[in-house]
Amino acid sequence: MTAPSSEYALEIINLQKAFGGLPVTQNVSLTIRPGERRLIIGPNGAGKTTLFNQITGDLKPNSGQVRLFGTDVTTFTPFRRAHHGLSRTYQIITLFNGDTLEHNVTLGLLGLRPSRWNMWRPLSFYGDLATEARRTLDRVGLLHLSEHPISEIAYGEKRRVELAMALAQKPRVLLLDEPLAGLSNTERSTVKALIAAIPRQTAVIMIEHDMDTALDLAETVTLLNYGKVIVDGQRDAVIADQRTREVYLGT
Amino acid sequence: MIKTIAFAIFAGLLLVLPLAAGDYYVNLASQILIAAIFALSLNLLVGYGGMTSLGHASFLGVAAYACALLSGRYGLGHGPAALISVAGTTLMAALFGLIALRATGLGFLMITLALSQVLWGLAYRMSNVTNGDNGLSGLTRPAPFGIPLDNAASFYWFALIVFAVAFVLMAVFVSSSFGSSLKGVRDQPRRMAALGFNPWMIRWITFIYAGFWGGVSGLLYVYYNKYIHPTSLSTTSSAEALLSVIAGGSGTLGGPVVGATLVMLLKNYASAYVERWNMLLGLVFLFIVLVMPTGIIPGLRKLASRKKGASQ
Repeated sequence: MTAPSSEYALEIINLQKAFGGLPVTQNVSLTIRPGERRLIIGPNGAGKTTLFNQITGDLKPNSGQVRLFGTDVTTFTPFRRAHHGLSRTYQIITLFNGDTLEHNVTLGLLGLRPSRWNMWRPLSFYGDLATEARRTLDRVGLLHLSEHPISEIAYGEKRRVELAMALAQKPRVLLLDEPLAGLSNTERSTVKALIAAIPRQTAVIMIEHDMDTALDLAETVTLLNYGKVIVDGQRDAVIADQRTREVYLGT
Repeated sequence: MIKTIAFAIFAGLLLVLPLAAGDYYVNLASQILIAAIFALSLNLLVGYGGMTSLGHASFLGVAAYACALLSGRYGLGHGPAALISVAGTTLMAALFGLIALRATGLGFLMITLALSQVLWGLAYRMSNVTNGDNGLSGLTRPAPFGIPLDNAASFYWFALIVFAVAFVLMAVFVSSSFGSSLKGVRDQPRRMAALGFNPWMIRWITFIYAGFWGGVSGLLYVYYNKYIHPTSLSTTSSAEALLSVIAGGSGTLGGPVVGATLVMLLKNYASAYVERWNMLLGLVFLFIVLVMPTGIIPGLRKLASRKKGASQ
């Protein structure tokens, strides 16, 4: 990894994507600094998750570039991007249902280590992975459930496992896709505190509809509509912008 | 503790079987062991990798044919013939994996089926090499360390040793951290890729490893029968193994062994009384799927835990 140094953690340059005749990402350019807190908003179908999927490599853009810390990763597979410090959570919970919470988080750790290829040592042999996994579960307040399978825990707890799995990887860029979706008020404030506590080495990009909670976490905001960047800048400036009111917040 | 003792008793019984049972039963047990290794290797794909293959007989058949040709026609010693045929089969698995793993799910199943059909066709039509429908006969069994395997008991012990090694090595494989990666890719491939795992490579390595053990079972198969025919490459042969895996319980270590035992017993006993033994196999399979949809081993496990829960 001889990454050319860059002042940006993530750069998106003139990204274009269409599904058939339907443009879903239109000439999107964004820059995110290391440690930045960015909120991405926009009405349903604005292309927010599609943009995430192009950043992670799940979708290939028709044209344009994605750069991580100066490295052009546009042609990289998702797993290669993960090794460049990119991590994400999913809007729809994507966990390993039959496995314990500890095993879930351990997989997050294993993914970045060479031991994932080891064919004779059992996973339990790597005590440091288990310790680290439990420490991360403690961080999100789920240590007491670490031996339970995912299928036995509540929805709000699953949301926190999603977060723990990504946090365990100590990413440099973390994409959160609606981390508060479907949570009760109490759960919201728990998860909000967890996101606020993410170390500053990590740039966080978040899609979220709960403006009351999300705006507190954000420093910068990007408004998308019909796959285009409508407004982009400091939080207060974007909120005050006339176009934001028209497209998203309503008057 | 009870489990360990039960296992030790079972292993002891397997070991002394030829002392107590007649040749017919010893030979039947040898066939079960061979079918079990074959089913275990398929289970790596189906159960642990989520890759349902309908062409696994390719590896058994090609290793068997290669060994038969090398030692029979070309007069190679048993040692080199065995090495070359298993190595060749593994190489073929690497190539087949490159082709079949371009797809997943149903596409993968169809490609494995097509590839095995090509080999089956070749075995039938390339009669100058394979002797076509007549098969290759007049083969001999090896004599490892000077011990001839020609009687039922010595061959059984030989097969038992190979089975034990195969079982342990496959068990180690699936419980290793690579095994965890494999199961993760089976359950959530997209998530695994986002976490930094290479799903394709994990599947490919598993495919090759499964091909290797399929090849080993093919060697035993041709040693046992001293004869090889294109049917061993047929879809029926692949489907029988798949049936064993699913009936016994895919994704468990014991499942394929139980399933293979069941299929072999039905094949040997039922075929003596019922001409269409396949029909009986179908009925038994239907019964298992209806009563224990996840297979015999997981089904029994669930039953045991329910009993435990009831008694508490």
